[in-house]
Amino acid sequence: MSTAVDVKNVTFAYGETVAVEDVSLSIEEGDFLGLIGPNGSGKTTLLHLMIGLKEPNSGSVRLFGEPVQEFDAGERIGYVSQRSTDRAGSMPVSVREAVLMGRYPHVGHGRPGKEDRQLVDDALERVGIADLADRSIGKLSGGQRQRAFIARALAAEADLLALDEPTVGVDADSRTDFYGLLDELNQQGITIILIEHDVDILTEHVDSVACLNQRLYHHGDTVSFLESDAIAEAYGTSGRVIAHDHP
Amino acid sequence: MSLDTAKEESAGAITTKLYWLLAKLYWPLGVAFRTIDRYRHTIEVTGLALTGLLATLMLVFIVADWLRFWSGPVGATAATIFDTYVSAGSVFDRLLGTRVFESPGTIRAIATGVLIGIVGPLVGTFLVHRQMALIGETLAHTAFAGVAVGLVIAGLTGMAGSRDQLIFVAFIVSAITALGLQRLTERTDSYGDVPIAIVLTGSFAVGTLLISMARGQFAIGIEIEDFLFGDIAIVTVGGTRMVAVLSIVVVALVVFFYKEFLFITFDEQAARVARLNVRGYNSLLIVMTAVVVVGAMQILGVILVAGLLVIPAATASQLGRSFRETLFLSILFGQLSVLLGLFIALVASLPSGGSIIIVSIGFYIAAVAISDRSVGQISVH
Repeated sequence: MSTAVDVKNVTFAYGETVAVEDVSLSIEEGDFLGLIGPNGSGKTTLLHLMIGLKEPNSGSVRLFGEPVQEFDAGERIGYVSQRSTDRAGSMPVSVREAVLMGRYPHVGHGRPGKEDRQLVDDALERVGIADLADRSIGKLSGGQRQRAFIARALAAEADLLALDEPTVGVDADSRTDFYGLLDELNQQGITIILIEHDVDILTEHVDSVACLNQRLYHHGDTVSFLESDAIAEAYGTSGRVIAHDHP
Repeated sequence: MSLDTAKEESAGAITTKLYWLLAKLYWPLGVAFRTIDRYRHTIEVTGLALTGLLATLMLVFIVADWLRFWSGPVGATAATIFDTYVSAGSVFDRLLGTRVFESPGTIRAIATGVLIGIVGPLVGTFLVHRQMALIGETLAHTAFAGVAVGLVIAGLTGMAGSRDQLIFVAFIVSAITALGLQRLTERTDSYGDVPIAIVLTGSFAVGTLLISMARGQFAIGIEIEDFLFGDIAIVTVGGTRMVAVLSIVVVALVVFFYKEFLFITFDEQAARVARLNVRGYNSLLIVMTAVVVVGAMQILGVILVAGLLVIPAATASQLGRSFRETLFLSILFGQLSVLLGLFIALVASLPSGGSIIIVSIGFYIAAVAISDRSVGQISVH
């Protein structure tokens, strides 16, 4: 199996504030990786570095074997963030239009054809919101909206899903369904990187966990993560540093 | 106990009666809404086709107006077409008992209005949903500075300083400032309103300084108030021609890059992940806005021009179920506002900018009322 994302010695800082420090990890195709860490630990930054939304200050990122800044097969990555779904609430865009956007990188400047529309219909069917296709996406519930964004990634025929806390503000039942859907997609071979603050939900679904707080505290399968004390270390570090400074 | 029940019953009966009375009053309104709703697609397509036809007619007029002084058969044909428009205008005048529509100047103003009534809301809809509604206002103020720069250049070079020249300079200054504004907002990391406020007031300050300096140095044959408040009478032959060109270019660009503009508006980060040149499309959108604003400024004036970009888009967003429909509706509302507003202004000798904006706000209020109602209906279902 080949490597989907390869991160080597990556450091990124916002001005003086270091967000990600010397992180190395690689994600194989077909993996389901959970990124975990306290608030402000650099999870989102690391995800952005992986998909090329940010450039590292030092170190290198390769996406499907190519340096990320040269990677131009944008349709292979499906990205869903809390921010994108927030915006959807205020804009009159139909669910079908939003999902069709996944086809945009494929069709260029032309008009989406029959095949594109078929893929959109299939994607809507797949995530179970085909009946909502002509609704305005802002009128959907949080869970339905997340499904629409996943449908967009499916319509794009993405083989990597990058999800940044996709279920914030989604009720518990829809959340369970949503993670069930992610499991199915992963079994079909789609690589998934997921940021999720709820450790219990995360460890139930993902195959491997990367525990981050500026530096990488643990990267390995879920069992080894649960047995390790990475989480205590990652979440406790800042406290300990303060204790050193003020004995 | 029984007394209470009786009371309750009678209270219930009154409520029922009241309800029926209200329902009867609202019934025709409800039927009207439902009928409109059933045929909304047909209505929209018809409206768009009519708008397209009107725009084509106006473009033909502008071309005829341009070619009619040519020698040979082309000039002769153009002159005949031109005369046809003028006589059509006088038919209007006879019907209304006015003497405004027979003037070529009025027809030029209407032609400009029809075209900006399409391209204004067209770029405006993207701006509103990029949360950049005030960009139009800012660029109008930079256009004012552009007019002032034009005055100074005209004075220094000894040119006539005609309105055409001033508008042309305004186009250039506004487009350049637009790109500068974009860099500024990128640096401050958001389309916050601080850079917008700075550029808006800054360019107006430059404009006022330059104009009062120019006033002392050169003879200025132009009332600056015309640019501030807009006036049908200041629409020139050259200005109309520039609006025709910019309208064709802007419509063509939006048709060609529709998907890209929609994607960066809806989900900028995902568009970036999909490897779209977000920055490039942003620049294109903002420069398009700048030229549309300068074109529309002739009729609406610096102060009111943003309204034509924002209000029809906001109206359409209340009613649209998809972005495409919203875009179509915004053009329809923009067009109706311009036509009705210009008509009122011409017949009642009122300023065109004010009447266009008031009409468009009227549509907005109606749309808010209707969409509240339909939300209620959906929840009942």
